[in-house]
Amino acid sequence: MSDPPALALANVSKSFGAVRALREVSLELFAGQTHALAGENGAGKSTLVKTLAGVHRPDSGQVLRGGEPVTFASPADAQRAGVAVIYQEPTLFPDLSVAENIFMGRQPRATLGRIDRGAMRARAGELFARLGVTLDPEQPARGLSIADQQLVEIAKAISRDARVLVMDEPTAALSGNEVARLFSVVEALREDGCAILFISHRLDEIFALCRRVTTLRDGALVATEPVSGLTHDDLIRRMVGRDLGALYPKQDTRPGEVALRVDRLTREGVFTDVSFQVRRGEIVALAGLVGAGRSEVARAVFGIDRWDAGTVTVAGRPLPAGSPTAAMGAGLALVPEDRRQQGLVMELSIERNIGLTGLRSLRRGLTVSRAAERDRARDWALRLRLKYGRLADGVGVLSGGNQQKVVLAKWLATGPSVLIVDEPTRGIDVGTKAEVHRLLSELAGQGIAVLMISSDLPEVLGMADRVLVMHEGRLTAEIPRAEATEESVMAAATGTGRAA
Amino acid sequence: MTGGANTAALPRTRSARGLVDLVFRARELSLVIALAALVGVTAAANPNFLSGQGIEDILLNTAILALLAVGQSMVVITRNLDLSVGSVVGLVAFVTGDMLASGWGVVPGVALGVAVGAACGLLNGLLVSLCRVPALVVTLGTLYVIQGVCHYIAHGRQINAADLPPGLLALGNGAVLGVPYLPLITLAFMLAIGYYLRAYPSGREFYAIGSSPEAARLAGVPVRRRVLVAYLVSGCLAGLAGVLWLARFGTVIADSANGWELLVISAVVVGGVAITGGVGSVYGAALGALLLTTIGSALVVLRVNPFWQQAITGALLLLAISVDRVLALRVARLLRRRSRHG
Amino acid sequence: MGRVLRWDVLVGALLVAVFAGGSLATPGFATVSNLSFALGDLGEIALIALAMTLLVVAAEVDLSVASVLGLSSALVGALWDAGLAIETIVPLVVLVGAACGLVNGLLVTRLGLPSLAVTIGTLALYRGLAYVVLGDKAVAQFPPQYTALAVDDVPGTFVPYPVALFVLLAVITGVALHATGFGRSLYAIGAQEQAAFFAGIRVKRIKLLLFVLSGTVAAFAGVVFTLRYGSARADNGLGIELAVIAAVLLGGVDFDGGKGTLGGVIAGVLLIGLLRNLLMLNDVSTEIQSVVTGLLLIVSVLTPRLLALVRSRRPVLKGSS
Repeated sequence: MSDPPALALANVSKSFGAVRALREVSLELFAGQTHALAGENGAGKSTLVKTLAGVHRPDSGQVLRGGEPVTFASPADAQRAGVAVIYQEPTLFPDLSVAENIFMGRQPRATLGRIDRGAMRARAGELFARLGVTLDPEQPARGLSIADQQLVEIAKAISRDARVLVMDEPTAALSGNEVARLFSVVEALREDGCAILFISHRLDEIFALCRRVTTLRDGALVATEPVSGLTHDDLIRRMVGRDLGALYPKQDTRPGEVALRVDRLTREGVFTDVSFQVRRGEIVALAGLVGAGRSEVARAVFGIDRWDAGTVTVAGRPLPAGSPTAAMGAGLALVPEDRRQQGLVMELSIERNIGLTGLRSLRRGLTVSRAAERDRARDWALRLRLKYGRLADGVGVLSGGNQQKVVLAKWLATGPSVLIVDEPTRGIDVGTKAEVHRLLSELAGQGIAVLMISSDLPEVLGMADRVLVMHEGRLTAEIPRAEATEESVMAAATGTGRAA
Repeated sequence: MTGGANTAALPRTRSARGLVDLVFRARELSLVIALAALVGVTAAANPNFLSGQGIEDILLNTAILALLAVGQSMVVITRNLDLSVGSVVGLVAFVTGDMLASGWGVVPGVALGVAVGAACGLLNGLLVSLCRVPALVVTLGTLYVIQGVCHYIAHGRQINAADLPPGLLALGNGAVLGVPYLPLITLAFMLAIGYYLRAYPSGREFYAIGSSPEAARLAGVPVRRRVLVAYLVSGCLAGLAGVLWLARFGTVIADSANGWELLVISAVVVGGVAITGGVGSVYGAALGALLLTTIGSALVVLRVNPFWQQAITGALLLLAISVDRVLALRVARLLRRRSRHG
Repeated sequence: MGRVLRWDVLVGALLVAVFAGGSLATPGFATVSNLSFALGDLGEIALIALAMTLLVVAAEVDLSVASVLGLSSALVGALWDAGLAIETIVPLVVLVGAACGLVNGLLVTRLGLPSLAVTIGTLALYRGLAYVVLGDKAVAQFPPQYTALAVDDVPGTFVPYPVALFVLLAVITGVALHATGFGRSLYAIGAQEQAAFFAGIRVKRIKLLLFVLSGTVAAFAGVVFTLRYGSARADNGLGIELAVIAAVLLGGVDFDGGKGTLGGVIAGVLLIGLLRNLLMLNDVSTEIQSVVTGLLLIVSVLTPRLLALVRSRRPVLKGSS
């Protein structure tokens, strides 16, 4: 390779407080090549992406553009240097038109510096034609599907003449057709000489699209190597750092009576006709692609969103729609997907967060007993082996894994009979992940019914007694543990296999 | 309230555009219809309402409010708020009046007024954009301070029309081809700013900031500078409005325009500028000002207790934001239903 | 992790300093009669500030309180004119205040509108209704046994009745905010509404309650105001909402919710009251008083942000050096 890399990181480190997100990571992206970045959640991928994008500045090490060191002081700097980043959730202006979104700050000008709306519309049209999609440039961005929003972002990148395109899990929320369309666009860009960094959890996509792959683990570089010599298992081993077998210790239990029964649950436009049940002592996984409606089902069951039709029954008693308080009273607990927004009040202390679900039971007379609150927190911190300084510390100072333990503590303290966990190990370190798995297994052993939503396929296969698979808002398969394989689950999740 | 609804509502259909468009265009149209109905009913009850004098009064009364509404719109579009405009008008009217009474010419007087307004706007803008303090609180604070300064300067005095140069009073009450100057001035500023916001790249950035501050930052929009400019414009226009106030009424006491900030914000919101930013136009805001003023005049003509005016202003503001919200919810719901079935 | 100097403690210290300075420099300040007067003069602002504190902690705001006060005052006047007894009027008026709060609360919780916009609207609406009820006339001639209630001291003390009432309500509010599950819920809602909702807290119901509370207290403050001045007018308490919000923010309650203590707010109210009183005793015009209030308001939001900015810069500098 004679040309210098289009964009490179040299020995870049980045810390946030005590957390070392990147440790001496180097990465080279070459023109005309698609490079994959692999790693578990929390391995440092998104920090790396944000460093390339100019959102973060490295604590040490350098960013190199065409072999020359550069400093990206802001996202605008990185954009001017020809780096375009497409985030998993695109950042558009919902109130402005698609064309304006593409050309914000760089609109084609007419006389006197005015915006040439005709030219802008035409150029946006050309971009979409080149991408082979039919989007109306005058349409407001509000209401576009994630796939279309990503196409707008890609059009933006092309219009900037970006030489480096970074795509952070672009396929996570896309259906099969949309993925195929995206791939052909990416392939065309690569042939035009773009350097592309592609991040995906779907290993098949990495093998199909990329020439080389860089693996990160716990913020450090594991390897950069050609994809051609690798197998799936090789890649997983590099990401996880050990063999899979030991990670998922679900014990066999004998399922008891039905604890949670969901019958023909429908929320229009989100999920349709979802029926399943979870027995005591069972761990049932809800698998599927992001956007298939899994979290939405969990939210509805717990009363966060209303449902339009169907019933939810806990231990034989029907739940009213749209009341988390009633759901809690019936013995339901939900460890939500978004820890920082939904799981925890980041400003509050560890003990206050754990106490939040028990404000009634902590009452002594009219007031909340601080002693009881602290006892409850201390008790659960001990049982979950929480690593903390003082219980009065804000939860914000804890690591991701320990924050997740606080969320679990807060819900386990309510003594639930049904525990719903949504992506329970997303973004937490491998050690804590194993602890969470052991905990879930123990809870099932104690007779709690566990419904686990997870995008982590090995986790699903390792932990679940049964796997329910959702695709585009419908339950498409129910696979018993013995038959659940990566292939069978993915087939149902992408709607290609045994669709119901 | 929960953030989840937005990710769930993702349509693929092209017809979504028509729907969303309809909601946004509907505002200016419905304002015109409401205005027409109001004028029609009132004129039917009392034909004098549509006399030359009646119309001229409405236009004159609208001019200053609309000018303030135009400036306020720029601030609100960036998802901020300027509560201090009323007190700026009062301060400028008094200070300028003092200077003019002491022999200043009209042109330096106007320049002084605008400069004082600009200084107030700059102060607000710096506090909001640089220090990231909530706009409501900061401008509430400057409202107090400016009001106090004005009272301090006035010290219970009042400016009388007799002390002012005739040139200024002519500006306030004169007309060209039968159309008074004041509405023309407002119209000129409204068109210029409206055109700038719509046709110039930097103008669109105001909308971008209000629509999604985070996306604006990522897109390299100079957020702080634009917010500063919005406050500066609002301050300048408030300064100009202060001078025009003086020109129109001649007699000014310290708290002349106290409480106007709420009237201005009502006009802006009734005119379809979303208080959450990113949506609306200065034309709508000016129409809102026209509607509120016309209601005031209509009440007088219809011999309704004029004390109803303030209550109606408030009710109209509530109606405007409620209708916006209900429509938005309907559209979101419709889009959600279509997303899977469409 | 070192304890950062708390804002509410700072305001408390400032209060003590102002008191000490005032006592030394201004004759007639530290007298029982003057302080009693100063406290009584604060009555309505202080009462409303209690309810406002709860709202702002829950990341909402009610700008319509002064208008509810005005409407209540106008109603007292109109109903008294119509020959009703004060004993009948007071519960009626307080009920109307609760209804005003209910309207605010329903618009905020049912339609999901920002409370700022809603209460700017009802600020105009309720004040307008006050004018509709009473026009621009004033109703006076309330019997002295009632007006006395608003100004006289509790027998044997130098504490006016409204102040005694305030102390009682402050204690109740303080306990509710800082020691009960209700209070915990408010902080959680203000800091992270979604997480509070996910934890089974009835966010909407609580917010609705807060708005009703705020309307009720404001209406009651209207009664006190009317009797204290012996005059019912539609424009009574015009602009008081600003003083109330200034006091709440000055007391260290974060406008974005989730932070602050009632003790801080009470210190903030007293600070504003004492400063006004001192300025008045020193013959400084009322105009300057509003400048001082405005500056305090700006300083009270600016200082914590600047401190936070300095604090957040520090580790970055360390890391990069």
